[in-house]
Amino acid sequence: MALDVRLALATLRRLLRLGLILLCVASVSFGLMMASPVDPVDAYLGPLVAQVSPEQRELIASRWGFDDPAPVQFGRWLQQLASGNLGVSHVYNQPVGEVISQRFTRSIALLGSAWLLSLLLGFTLGVVAGAKERSALDKLISAYAYLTASTPTFWLALLGVLLFSVYLGWAPACCAGPVGVPSQDIHLATRLHHLVLPVATLTLLGTASITLHTRARMVALMRSDIARHAFAQGARRADIAWRHGVRHASLPALTLALASLGELFGGSILIEQVFAYPGLGQATVEAGLRSDVPLLLGIALFTTLFVSIGNTLADSLYHMVDPRMRRPSKPRQTTP
Amino acid sequence: MLRIEQLSLALPYYPRFWRRRFATHLDQLSFSVTAGSVHAVVGASGAGKSLLAHAIMGLLPKDAQLSGSCFFKQTLLDEPRKRALRGRELALIPQSLSALDPLARSQHQVNWAARRAGLPPSPARQAASQALAHYQLDERARRAYPHELSGGMARRVLTAMAHVAQASLVIADEPTIGLDPAQRSRVLDALAALALQGKAVMLITHDLRHALSIADRVTVMREGRCVESADASAFQGTGQMLESAYARALWQALPDNAFNVDTEYAEESRFA
Amino acid sequence: MNATQPRLRALACSGFVALLLLALLSGQWWLGDLPGRMQFDARLAPPGVDHWLGTDALGRELWARTLAGLGLSFQVGFLAALLGSAIALGLALLATLSPRLDALVRLLIDTLLSVPHLILLLLIAFALGGGLQAVVIAVATTHWPGLARVLRAELFQLRTAPYIDISRALGKSRGFILLHHFLPHALPHCLVGALLLFPHAILHEAALTFLGVGLSPSQPAIGILLADAMRYLSGGYWWLGVFPGLGLLLMVLSIERIAHGLRRAL
Repeated sequence: MALDVRLALATLRRLLRLGLILLCVASVSFGLMMASPVDPVDAYLGPLVAQVSPEQRELIASRWGFDDPAPVQFGRWLQQLASGNLGVSHVYNQPVGEVISQRFTRSIALLGSAWLLSLLLGFTLGVVAGAKERSALDKLISAYAYLTASTPTFWLALLGVLLFSVYLGWAPACCAGPVGVPSQDIHLATRLHHLVLPVATLTLLGTASITLHTRARMVALMRSDIARHAFAQGARRADIAWRHGVRHASLPALTLALASLGELFGGSILIEQVFAYPGLGQATVEAGLRSDVPLLLGIALFTTLFVSIGNTLADSLYHMVDPRMRRPSKPRQTTP
Repeated sequence: MLRIEQLSLALPYYPRFWRRRFATHLDQLSFSVTAGSVHAVVGASGAGKSLLAHAIMGLLPKDAQLSGSCFFKQTLLDEPRKRALRGRELALIPQSLSALDPLARSQHQVNWAARRAGLPPSPARQAASQALAHYQLDERARRAYPHELSGGMARRVLTAMAHVAQASLVIADEPTIGLDPAQRSRVLDALAALALQGKAVMLITHDLRHALSIADRVTVMREGRCVESADASAFQGTGQMLESAYARALWQALPDNAFNVDTEYAEESRFA
Repeated sequence: MNATQPRLRALACSGFVALLLLALLSGQWWLGDLPGRMQFDARLAPPGVDHWLGTDALGRELWARTLAGLGLSFQVGFLAALLGSAIALGLALLATLSPRLDALVRLLIDTLLSVPHLILLLLIAFALGGGLQAVVIAVATTHWPGLARVLRAELFQLRTAPYIDISRALGKSRGFILLHHFLPHALPHCLVGALLLFPHAILHEAALTFLGVGLSPSQPAIGILLADAMRYLSGGYWWLGVFPGLGLLLMVLSIERIAHGLRRAL
């Protein structure tokens, strides 16, 4: 009982902290937008900027309060935010909320499958590599991981397009479906075909950190008293890696994968740009390049929420799963 | 059962960052352990007792330099044979409780030990359950994770893991460390019982007094060398039956005896 | 390179990598205007004897542009890592002064860490309007929190050390302790942290520039070269895409290796 109350309190504290951080992110990003040299009226008008007279600009500024002091504007924006209104994106001519939800549903296929695949692949490679330090397999896997950790994401994507689309013609180079076909008419197989290359690239890059982390855990385990004891019982390496290694390395790998959602999202921005995949990442770049302030703010808040939930889950995971944390250490009984 | 001849061991170290040297940790060690008896190896910390155990089990790091020879049941015990016999004929009760996997229940760990000794799944479960029962570990202890066990219970789990395969040589590395007197005698009695079953038991300890309570023979080690091997009965009176001054000093320094500390070995015997 | 001396071999490897890095970066001193010089009769020439790595759409030598781009990346990465670790060190030291300051620093760290790096980079670059300065500031600002967290933990562990207590009991001021005990302890960690930041900073600069919000298109930055290459990709001009990226990969990899070697040595 006492445990449940403690858990509930801890969860509540985490949620409060999350709220505080979101508020901070909101004010930091709003401040950055205010500091931008881009004129808010220009940003509002977008391509229409040439058709507007100075008087009309005045009118726009007073209607939307662009001339008010920054704190007043911030207060108004927060008020809107509280009522669920994120403003209107001038790039897409849609409410920001709609843009984000549409784009995110397309990105989630890319993000989710790359996340899962890189977790599984990275974990397997890490366990195999760390099971026998300095073996040929370990050297190969480590070299691969160090190499991909230093590879620029967009360059790998570019190489993928070059090899598989331009030269071999195996995969489409662009978009989420054939150009000119309405999205509801696209067959599932076609969609998947368009996803293969972006997912593969994002997976390869996400694998590196999980592989190295898992490998480090495994190497430490193989040098520990636990492994030595297992060897003394006549266990083979594969046995130790399977019975002890997987137990010890899986939780850290999952935690790391949850905690690196931000990097995953960063990678997806670059990859969506290279493959012209119409997801949230591409919208982010568009918003940045064309000064779509409401959309940029909305995306910043949304991705922060997304990443923070990942971080919070990663933090709580140990407390829920690890037996050393799950039950509070019982008073040691002396003689039974 | 086990005969060790001229066993020497050197391990690498780095006096400077880039230079590697080898330091001698075991120096021309010779003694033998017979079946049905408890052979105690006594020495201060740093005398190389644990390394000796690891050398016999073949658990040394790869860059260790080992020379000399071991014979197990009259046959040369080389590295491949050590690997083949570990867990089946040779068993080790490790010194540290951190040898138990903190993420696995104790019954699983004993079960794994049985599987590793080559038993098929269902006999392994049976053997594990018997071993646990033999060391009076109840249902709760079986389902417990190591951090939920008391020190004595964890020791008994480790002993059960070594016992489960019915190995004929059991090496117990400091099994009484950190235990209260009641738990200590329980663990020592269990080891003596193994010897009564006809197994050879090698008891590694820094505590001569506890070793003498069950040992048949005692080997005293100092700085990687074998100082003396004697029958346990030689440790009596003023130690006049002992050949080496160091062993005598060790014996005389015990609280039950004269508490007589020879100045030459005063520092060491205080820790021994 | 004796096989019995593994550490010596590692040392030699780091030395070799450092030499390689120097060779990559030495271009700055003798390239002159080569990266920008146009050759009208050699547009989009494939790699060969005359044009080692080929030329781009304006007939500019790709190898010269790549070298210049690497120099630029190195410059941005170096400045950003320096600035980032200075901020991290300053804030970590500040956090040791009072619990309230510490809470503030921690909130700042958590805030910055919960925004995806690239989004924050985009926001800051947007706010500062792009260019070299903006990129350096943006990369430094996004990268200090990780290091600051490590340094803060390190310093808080130190705060309970006996010799700090003694110093306090002797009546030394907080400023004295900060300067004479905390700072010397934190500096080596800070150095290694900065080196580990370096490759990340370079990669993020390239990414930002690639997206079009970083360095200006008139500069031969790697990100610009690769964004150009994207346009000519379907024509099969593979060298435009392959070589600049490969150069960047080599540079990042060698810095990473050196940083790892140093961390193990310290």
